[in-house]
Amino acid sequence: MQAVLQHSPSSEVSSERRKNASAKRTGFLLLSPSVLLLLVWSIVPLVMTLWYSVQNYNLVDPTLHGFAGIDNYWYLLTDPDFLHSLLNTFVLVAGVLAISVGGGTLLAVLYDQDFFGRGIARIMVISPFFIMPTVSALLWKNLMLHPIYGVYSAMMRAVGLTPIDWLARFPLLTVMMIVAWEWLPFAVLILLTAVQSLDGEQREAARMDGADPIARFRYIILPHLSRAISVVVMIETIYLLTVFAEISVTTAGGPGVASTNLAYLIYSRALLQFDVGGASAGGVIAIIIANIVAIFLVRAVARNLEA
Amino acid sequence: MAVKTKTSTRIGVTILGWGIAVWLFFPIFWMFLTSFKNEIQAISTPPKLFFMPTLSSYAEVFERASYWHFTLNTVIVSVGATAIAIALAVPAAYSMAFLPSSRTRSTLLWMLSTRMLPPVGVLVPIYLLARNTHLLDTCTGLAIVDMLTNLPIIVWMLYTFFREVPAPILEAGRMDGASRWQEMTMVLLPLALPGIASTALLSLILCWNEAFWSLNLTSSHAAPLTAFIASFSSPEGLFFGKLSAASTLAVAPILVFGWISQKQLVRGLTFGAVK
Amino acid sequence: MATVELKNLRKTYLTEEIIKGISLSIEDREFVVFVGPSGCGKSTLLRMIAGLEDITSGDLLIDGQRVNDVEPGKRGLAMVFQSYALYPHMDVYKNMEFGLKLAGMPEAERREKIEHVARTLQLEPYLHHKPGQLSGGQRQRVAIGRAIVRNPKVFLFDEPLSNLDAALRGQMRVELSALHRKLGATTIYVTHDQVEAMTMADKIVVLQKGVVEQIGSPLELYHHPRNLFVARFIGSPPMNFFPAIFQGGDTTGSAVQLRDGSTLYVPVTSPGLLPGTKVTVGIRPEHVELAASGPNSGVVEVIERLGAITLVHVRMPDGQIIVVQMDGAVLTDVDTRVSLTLPPGNCHLFAPDGVAFEACHRHPLAA
Ligand SMILES: Nc1ncnc2c1ncn2[C@@H]1O[C@H](COP(=O)(O)OP(=O)(O)OP(=O)(O)O)[C@@H](O)[C@H]1O
Ligand SMILES: [Mg+2]
Repeated sequence: MQAVLQHSPSSEVSSERRKNASAKRTGFLLLSPSVLLLLVWSIVPLVMTLWYSVQNYNLVDPTLHGFAGIDNYWYLLTDPDFLHSLLNTFVLVAGVLAISVGGGTLLAVLYDQDFFGRGIARIMVISPFFIMPTVSALLWKNLMLHPIYGVYSAMMRAVGLTPIDWLARFPLLTVMMIVAWEWLPFAVLILLTAVQSLDGEQREAARMDGADPIARFRYIILPHLSRAISVVVMIETIYLLTVFAEISVTTAGGPGVASTNLAYLIYSRALLQFDVGGASAGGVIAIIIANIVAIFLVRAVARNLEA
Repeated sequence: MAVKTKTSTRIGVTILGWGIAVWLFFPIFWMFLTSFKNEIQAISTPPKLFFMPTLSSYAEVFERASYWHFTLNTVIVSVGATAIAIALAVPAAYSMAFLPSSRTRSTLLWMLSTRMLPPVGVLVPIYLLARNTHLLDTCTGLAIVDMLTNLPIIVWMLYTFFREVPAPILEAGRMDGASRWQEMTMVLLPLALPGIASTALLSLILCWNEAFWSLNLTSSHAAPLTAFIASFSSPEGLFFGKLSAASTLAVAPILVFGWISQKQLVRGLTFGAVK
Repeated sequence: MATVELKNLRKTYLTEEIIKGISLSIEDREFVVFVGPSGCGKSTLLRMIAGLEDITSGDLLIDGQRVNDVEPGKRGLAMVFQSYALYPHMDVYKNMEFGLKLAGMPEAERREKIEHVARTLQLEPYLHHKPGQLSGGQRQRVAIGRAIVRNPKVFLFDEPLSNLDAALRGQMRVELSALHRKLGATTIYVTHDQVEAMTMADKIVVLQKGVVEQIGSPLELYHHPRNLFVARFIGSPPMNFFPAIFQGGDTTGSAVQLRDGSTLYVPVTSPGLLPGTKVTVGIRPEHVELAASGPNSGVVEVIERLGAITLVHVRMPDGQIIVVQMDGAVLTDVDTRVSLTLPPGNCHLFAPDGVAFEACHRHPLAA
């Protein structure tokens, strides 16, 4: 009965192609609004930025105009402030990531334990994530760390120490702490959820195998968290590369450029010094750096995100 | 086979758990407390934990700035941006999850990488574009920008949720005669609702707290709460009472909203992104 | 009232051909079962008929109409999935109602139909339960009910019982057969369960690597497998095989010599086969007989007593194991030497390319 009829490709194949094409077209149509918008959103400003970056364009000095070539870039790349801000950007991102992922993992394990009032304690821990950056910067700068009226200064005086003007003495470190305070809760939120999804039997099996708590953490919990950690690193990096409000409110990048990151440097060029050309050149460099980071990050993390 | 935890360990965990929670939450608590002090009490040294509470700071804040105007702007912008982003992201994520092509993966990664575009890098052109299209200092303009900045993450989250939906259920829908649209709205959306809700929650929180574009693209008419609070930063920053009252007003809605919805947020996040 | 016809259907994923030209016609009211080893393309073929997979080439006809390009929901089919695929957010009633609603059936008519089906399937007490609150068997029933209410031309089942425990599976099997007799709808059923295939099918299609190996009634496949693959695949425990040398034959039978030198005269025709060709003799465990002495002797290695029957595993001198199915009360013990008797009338003969020789007489139940 399995007669092998002669194969008549012409009609069938074209109909198949039509059908496949229709599914493809549907997929494309559904995807295209988002893709088009993001394409415009990422290309148009980019092209404009590229254009301004090779122009002499200063809002307060209209006499300065015309083609600048690579002058803006040259000026920026040879500016020690630029390198300094670049370094600050990396320190800030790496520091906050280390604190939030490291601390977040430990806190996730802590808040996975059963103790009295755990639910309320958890809500308290994740609360800073809901606070807007401007508010948290103001809170820390004034209410907490103010050298005279701040609570921390009062506590130091109470134990006989001289209060420190944190933002003046350790500007970058302090900004890092403030940003970490905002993002640690996010890490705890995600990682705690992930720890809780670890199935009980696996933990019990590990206990039966005689694993002590440290071994259990190292060999059971940590590997289980790798995917969640990827998610945290991915999302936080996106935001940390562009930290702005915290710096603007607390130190305005100072003293000098001690706490200026790339985002703030460009901002100060563009809006404080009205140098559109220079700011745009900085923007282009920021975009290039972001893309390099994105490539590495996305590559490293994508595998974990996909699975 | 449950190993009994030693009482000392238990007490240690309780103390540590509460200690860290109190330490991390303290700035928020102190802000709340200070908002009920008058300016003298607010800067008394040493700081006072017990005092006669007063609403004078709030009264002054309300007198100085129209809080409701800012709040309304924030709500309009956050809800608007989130709604539009979800509406755009659902079909996109559906397409990626159920009609994948060889380019799906790279499209997704590209979308995420656009999110890494530093806003400052394109501040000047966006500012000029907004000015030329008369979207500067409008809720619409800010909502569009917020929507675009969050769209990639929303698409990605929805994509991970959709991929968890068993394909046979959608196929059953198709066998039942559902069109693509019906399949999406009547089968997929109800199934992925927890995921969509938590994505929307995250988007709302991020929009509510967004500072860079709010500060640079609005001035008075469409200024949201982030701008409201920035206007109290300096030099009035030294008026701790007013600053705290304004801050409390700015964060209270989203904080309460976050507390109420954190279960949902977590549930949605575990559904796809974490596991 | 529905016939289904497959004409040289093919399916290619990327570069790999999964379904390699399948032709088949299914009569109205027929119960057709697809069987075959895992990964042979059963589900793919079923899904192509359902419209869930594109057809790379060939024609699919339902009631004589080419439906290659018709949407799944418009082909007049209903499918029951292995995982049931119930809509978890709808209760049982809404699950069954969904398709009817999409088809624009009026409310009163929907209610009547659903209540009728629920009665038939004993689902009435659960109409307002969500699938999550039901047991596996009940979910299975809902999935079937969802298919039945739509009054489809053809039912498609993809291993619908494989998630149930053995007892429930047996019960549902009987219920499905009864249901098929009652509704009389054309049915295509995928399984890899022998018992399901043998008991439910009017016609079994044996597939291997995307090709049809044989199509026929259950007993036709059992008594007259067309090749070694089908012979091995149908029947449990599987058929035993002995290497042999062809010696000669005529219209009444063929003579072959087994390893130990004994000769067997099998009633199959072997036109054009040269004496001296290596062939294979096949015989089912239930047809081999044990004797205390004689040719084809071996040592009993394992005895499996299943109560009603006993399976005796005999190690032959060339090392292979022959399984013999005996009465439950047989007294043979391990390590005893036994001799196998092969009744020629129950033997099958396969050419070197695996194709079976035509039997001289068709079995009366497999005419
Ligand atoms: N989407 C796909 N892409 C590529 N190959 C596929 C796809 N779906 C199925 N296949 C391949 O097609 C072949 C047939 O798969 P199919 O699911 O039809 O097998 P099956 O006979 O139903 O097996 P089982 O009894 O295990 O369910 C398999 O080799 C499988 O790897
Ligand atoms: Mg299958």
